[in-house]
Amino acid sequence: MSIRQAEVVKVAHLARLAIPEERLEGYTHTISDILDLVALMNAVNTDGVLPLSNPLDAVQLLREDVVTETNQRELYQSIAPRVEDGLYLVPKVIE
Amino acid sequence: MTVATQGDLSTLTSKELHHKIVNGDISVMELVEIFLQRIEKYDPQLNAYITVVQDQARTQAIAIDNKIRSGELNHPLAGVPYALKDLFCTKGILTSCGSKMLSNFISPYDATVYDKLNHAGAVLLGKVNMDEFAMGSSNENSFYGAVANPWDITRVPGGSSGGSAAAVAAGLAPYSLGSDTGGSVRQPASYCGISSIKPTYGRISRYGMTAFASSLDQCGVMARSAEDMALVLHAISGFDGKDSTSAMMPVPDYSETLNDSLAGLRIGIPKEFFAEGLDADVAKVIHEAVQKFTQLGATVKEVSLPNSHLSVAAYYVIAPAEASANLARFDGVRFGYSCNDPKNLQDLYERSRWEGFGDEVKRRIVIGTYALSSGYYDAYYLKAQKIRRLIKNDFVAAFNEVDVLMGPVTPTTAYKIGEKSDDPIAMYLGDIYTLPISLAGVPAVSIPVGFSDNLPVGLQIIGDYFNEAKLLNVAHQYQQVTDWHRQSPSQFSGV
Repeated sequence: MSIRQAEVVKVAHLARLAIPEERLEGYTHTISDILDLVALMNAVNTDGVLPLSNPLDAVQLLREDVVTETNQRELYQSIAPRVEDGLYLVPKVIE
Repeated sequence: MTVATQGDLSTLTSKELHHKIVNGDISVMELVEIFLQRIEKYDPQLNAYITVVQDQARTQAIAIDNKIRSGELNHPLAGVPYALKDLFCTKGILTSCGSKMLSNFISPYDATVYDKLNHAGAVLLGKVNMDEFAMGSSNENSFYGAVANPWDITRVPGGSSGGSAAAVAAGLAPYSLGSDTGGSVRQPASYCGISSIKPTYGRISRYGMTAFASSLDQCGVMARSAEDMALVLHAISGFDGKDSTSAMMPVPDYSETLNDSLAGLRIGIPKEFFAEGLDADVAKVIHEAVQKFTQLGATVKEVSLPNSHLSVAAYYVIAPAEASANLARFDGVRFGYSCNDPKNLQDLYERSRWEGFGDEVKRRIVIGTYALSSGYYDAYYLKAQKIRRLIKNDFVAAFNEVDVLMGPVTPTTAYKIGEKSDDPIAMYLGDIYTLPISLAGVPAVSIPVGFSDNLPVGLQIIGDYFNEAKLLNVAHQYQQVTDWHRQSPSQFSGV
């Protein structure tokens, strides 16, 4: 196995996914298989090769720092699960 | 099994439909009604549509009929109906991305491509099914259920734009917009016997197209002919201030060069695309298609893309890594699915995401998070990006020698629903011929070029950066001397 169950638990937590105990073994298996497939990369010497992050080697565009958006809070909050007085509601964070 | 039914409206191209409208043979309203009736009659067998917008389509049809008659609207797509993959945002209409996570998401804004097609006078019929968040190659990973292939409803239509491909193939829409991250318009188009183009990375604005892997995603066109793809691509391409990754490159009129002669065209055949794993019957159909181009004056030579076998490995690091970042926005707080009775904030995040996402999406989020996590970044993400450079360099070298590359889209024809759904690795390996193109960011079309056991086979034609005009020209010339693109599944024929 290229990845242990404990690592899957850790990564699932980093990704904020509540993986149930009974699914852990299956997930670990599949993810391990995928990592084995990916390991094919290790056979290739990439010393001195520049990483390609954008296929056109483009760089981020800059624009004038001017206001282009209008406030649409009501519209955006109309599709939120829980809203009150223009605020998004989440469970209590500070006891 | 196959019929070339030229008179049937549902099998006409968008260009032909537009001519019928302009000549007064049919009104936009009548045309829209025909497609709505066909969807009602045939879609229960296919499950291609997630949402059909009957009322909006009828209202739009009346307005466009008037504008065409008054001369206010003369765009070549005016009045022609179409369908959008359900990841393009459409104000007031469900945009689900095939996910439970967005099964209640009514977008507050429009995608740029939708906006452009609205201005052209195109009529939206509805939003079509897809693999959840465009992750999948069979359209079996949808919260709204699997889609069937119109050529054999026990088989997959391909994915992730499976609803788009099935809808066009069955005559439930003349064309559709899909999205392609690793082959998601080319592969389903191939399985369903229709034409498609994945343009150069950056050719079309992605504003309002839900992100999967941002260094790979590109909108694509799925249609009945190369001629139709030229019209649609021209209508939706170009720089958009709302998408800073869209390319600042002029948009040629793709229709103008469709009739250029292919005499002297240099075709390269990447030998790696014909190695072990390619079905012998598919290989035969592809070789016959390439032969046809030599009759049109092209020359053929073997070329090599020596790093293409690394594509699956590099892609299944880069795409999940970027997906894990893009999908971090779904938190159960601002929009989308939110779990019941969260105990605390952490529980709200973790349970909303676990319950809202399907298995394939969660697998990729975990892989991507792992590849980006402390201590693994260099070994996975950075390594994959270096290999991506090598793959790109292969294409750059090949295009110094030839004008286009040709090969299969997929190693086999469409497989049975359920055949690979428990084996993600087998599914991933099926993307072997489409992934190198996505990683390099070059454009490619896929066109139907024959059948193997009554199932369509697609030819992939790959071009240099921003050379979509050449690809469409090459595809169109082939379609002038063959009729594979005019074949329709008989089960769905008749108005």
